[in-house]
Amino acid sequence: MTKIAFVRKHAIPPAAPPITEVGAVGWLKQNLFSSWLNSILTILSLYFIVIMLWDFIPWAYGGHWNTKSLRECLDLDPDVACFSVLAARWKQLLFGLYPAEEYWRPTLTFIFLLLAIVPILFPKFFKFFWFSVIYPGLAIWLLWGGSFWSVSIVYIGLALGTLLFLVLIRSYIHNYVIAALLSFGFTALFFFIASDPIVKTLDTILPFSLPFVESLKMGGFTLSLIVGITGIVASFPIGILLALGRQSNLPVIKMICVGFIEFIRGVPLITLLFVASVLLNYFLPPGTNFDIVLRVVIMVTLFSAAYMAEVIRGGLAGLPLGQHEASASLGLTYWQSQRLIIMPQALKISIPGIVNTFIGLFKDTTLVSIISLRDPIGLASTIRADQKWNGIYWELYVAIGLMFFIFCYGMSQYSQYLERKLKTDK
Amino acid sequence: MSSAAPPSENFKLSMLLSDTRYRGMSLQVITFIIFMAVFFWLVDNTIKNLALLDKDVSFNFLWLRAGYDINQRLIPYTADSTHGMAAIVGILNTLLVAFVGCIIATVLGLFVGILRLSKNWIVAKLMAAYIEGFRNVPILLWIVMVFALLTEFTPAPKAFKGAEPEATMLFFESVAITNRGTYFPAPIFGEGSSFIFICFLLSIFVAIYFIRYAGQKKRDTGKSLPTVWISTAIIVLPTFILFFILGKPISLEYPYLKGFNFKEGLHLRNSFIALTLALAFYTSAFIAEIVRAGIMAVSKGQTEAAASLGLRPNRIMNLIILPQALRIIVPPLISNYLNLTKNSSLAIAVGYMDVRGTLGGITLNQTGRELESMLLLMGFYLCVSLLISSFINYFNRSFQIVVR
Repeated sequence: MTKIAFVRKHAIPPAAPPITEVGAVGWLKQNLFSSWLNSILTILSLYFIVIMLWDFIPWAYGGHWNTKSLRECLDLDPDVACFSVLAARWKQLLFGLYPAEEYWRPTLTFIFLLLAIVPILFPKFFKFFWFSVIYPGLAIWLLWGGSFWSVSIVYIGLALGTLLFLVLIRSYIHNYVIAALLSFGFTALFFFIASDPIVKTLDTILPFSLPFVESLKMGGFTLSLIVGITGIVASFPIGILLALGRQSNLPVIKMICVGFIEFIRGVPLITLLFVASVLLNYFLPPGTNFDIVLRVVIMVTLFSAAYMAEVIRGGLAGLPLGQHEASASLGLTYWQSQRLIIMPQALKISIPGIVNTFIGLFKDTTLVSIISLRDPIGLASTIRADQKWNGIYWELYVAIGLMFFIFCYGMSQYSQYLERKLKTDK
Repeated sequence: MSSAAPPSENFKLSMLLSDTRYRGMSLQVITFIIFMAVFFWLVDNTIKNLALLDKDVSFNFLWLRAGYDINQRLIPYTADSTHGMAAIVGILNTLLVAFVGCIIATVLGLFVGILRLSKNWIVAKLMAAYIEGFRNVPILLWIVMVFALLTEFTPAPKAFKGAEPEATMLFFESVAITNRGTYFPAPIFGEGSSFIFICFLLSIFVAIYFIRYAGQKKRDTGKSLPTVWISTAIIVLPTFILFFILGKPISLEYPYLKGFNFKEGLHLRNSFIALTLALAFYTSAFIAEIVRAGIMAVSKGQTEAAASLGLRPNRIMNLIILPQALRIIVPPLISNYLNLTKNSSLAIAVGYMDVRGTLGGITLNQTGRELESMLLLMGFYLCVSLLISSFINYFNRSFQIVVR
C-alpha cells in the first residue's frame, strides 16, 4: 500500500480579489451599476448633471465683473453672467441704505456676533460666556448708534435688579416669588425714575456716542441677520415657557398657552407682519409709533416661539413619565426638576426640530420685503429699478440664494454635529 | 412609632404663595387678572384709536361694489361684483394653489424621498442636493426665481407666428408655453357628458366595493385576486365605452394663435404656475425628508422577519414597511400641506390674486377697513388650519398602535 497523502506545507497566499469587486471598479459596480435599473438611473442622473453644468459653468465662469451696466455686459457677450451688478452693488446687498462711512459698524457687529456665539456653540469656550451676555446691548448700540450710556443703563438696571434678588434670597426673604416681585419692582422703578437723569449726567460728564442711524436705513443681509438672530435668541426661552405652560396642569395658564400657540400657528407669518405694519397702531395708546424693525422682530419672535413651543412639547412628550415621577420622588421642586432632569433630556430629543425652526425663521426674514423693508430680495427689485441694471435676475438671485444657503446649511450641519455629540445611548 | 402632628390649619396669607395647595390657584388668578388687564387695555386702545380716526367696526363693506378686476378666477366675477365676492374668488384661488401644489409636492416628495434611500450613490447624492437646495433657500426667492424663469426664458406669443416660427407648441400642437402663461387644450362638455361623470363616479364606488370584497376574501380564504388590474378596469372601461356610445360628448378645444396672442383653450397664468411650482418644489423637499425618516424609522428587524417568512422584497415593502411607515409619515405630511397653504399667501410677490391679495390687499386698501379685513383673513386661515389639525388628531387616534 502506497500511502498517497498530500500535506500542504505552506498556506496558499490569498488570491487577489476579482477586479470587479474591489477598488474603483468594484465601487462602481456595487454603487452605480448593481442592476439594470440602477444602471439606467445612474446614466440618467449623469446626463442630468452634465446638462445642468454644461450651461451653468461657462455662464458663471466667464461672467463679467467690471462692466458699468447690463447693456455693456450684453454687448460684450450676452451668454455669460453679468456679475458686475454684484461688484457695483454688493455694499447695498450687505448693508442696505446704511450710511457708507459707517459700514464698519455692521461689520464689527457681525464679527462680534461670530465671537459671541462661539461660547454658546462650543462648550470648551464657555468661560467667555460673559461676552455673549454683553453682546446684544453692544450690537444695538453699534447698529443704531446714539449714546453709549442709554444702552448700558439697561444693563446696569438689570444687574442691580439681579443683585437685589440675590441679596434678598440669601439674607432676608426666602420666598422666591416675593423676592422676584420686589426686585422686579425695584428694576422697573429704576428705569422709570432714575435712568433718565443718570444717562443725562453721564452724557455730560463723559460723552461717548455714535451717530444715530434710523431703522429704515437698515437693509440687506444686515437686516436679515438682525431680525433672524434676535428672533432666534428671543424665541427660544419664550418657546420653552409656552411648551411648559401647555403641559401645565393649571387650566388657565394651559388655555392661554394653547390659544396663543394655535392662533399663531394657524395664520401665515405674512399676515402677522402685516398686522405689525398696519394694525399694531390700533392696539397701542393713541400717538404711539415705535420702530418698524422692532415691530417686525417682535412678530417674528412670537411666530417662531409658537413653533418652538410645539417642537419642545414633542420632546417633553417623548420623555417617559417615570422621569417626572422619579424627580418628584427625589424631592425636587417643579423648576428644579425641569432644570435638572426634564429639560436637558427633552431639549436633546428636540434638537433637530429646534434647529429646523431656527432655519425656518431665518428664511422667513425675507418676508419683510413684502411690507417694503429692504431685505436682500426687496433690494433685488430696488436694484432692478435702476436703469443700468434693469432686467437682471439670475446673478442677484444666485448670490442671494447662496448667502442664505450657506447660513441655513451651516445651521443644519451644526445640529447634526450636536446630535452626534449629545448621543449618550447606543 | 409616633406620627408627626398634622400641620396646623391656621390659614395665613403667605400660604397663598408658599403652600403648594393654594399656590397653583393663586398663580392662575394672578395670570388671569394680568391677561384680562392686557386684553382690555388693547381693546380700549383700539376703541380710542378708532374714535380718533372717526371709524367704526362694520362688515358692510363686503356688500359694496368692489370695482377691481381679478384676472384669474374660478367663478364668475366682474368689477361690479361685491367685495365679499372678491374675497370668495381669492379664497378659491388660494385653495386651488394649495390643492394643486399639495398633489405635485406629494408625488415629487415620495419620489425624491425613496430615491434618496437608493443604494445608487449618484442618485442618492443628487436627491440629497435637491433636498438641501430647496430646503435651505427661502421660499420667496424660489417663487420669484421660478416666475422670472417663466417670464424671461419663454417665447412671446408672436414667436409662434409665421411659416418658420421661432417657437413651436408642444405635445402635437396642443400646449403653448409663452411668457404670458401656458395654454392648454380646454375640455368642452357637450350634451350627455353628465352621464359620463355619473358613470365614472359609480365605477369608482364599485371599484372601492370590489377592493373591500377582495380584502375580505383574502382574509377568509387566503387567496388574493389581482386587485389592481380589476379595479383599474372597473374604473376605466365602462366610462370609455359610454364615452364612445354617446358619441364623444367631451371634446378638447385647442388653443390657437390669433393676432399677437393665443385664443381659446385653458390659459394658466405664469403667476399661478410659478407660485404652484415653487411651493410644490419647496414643500416636496420637506416631504422627501419625512418619507425618508418614516421608512428609516421602521426597524430593520421588521424587514428581516418578513424576509424570513419568505416574503419577496416588493411585498415586504407593501405589506410590512409601508403600513408602519405611513403611521409616522402622515401627520407631518399633513402639517406640511398646511404649511404650503399658508405659504401660498406669498402670492403677492408674483401678483397672483389669492385671498391675501383680494381681501387683505386691494379690498383693504380701497375700503380702509384694515381691522375687519385682517380679522376675516386670519379667520379664514385659522379655519383651514384648525380643520387640518383636527384631521391630524383624528388620524392619530384611529391609527395609534394598540398597546395590549
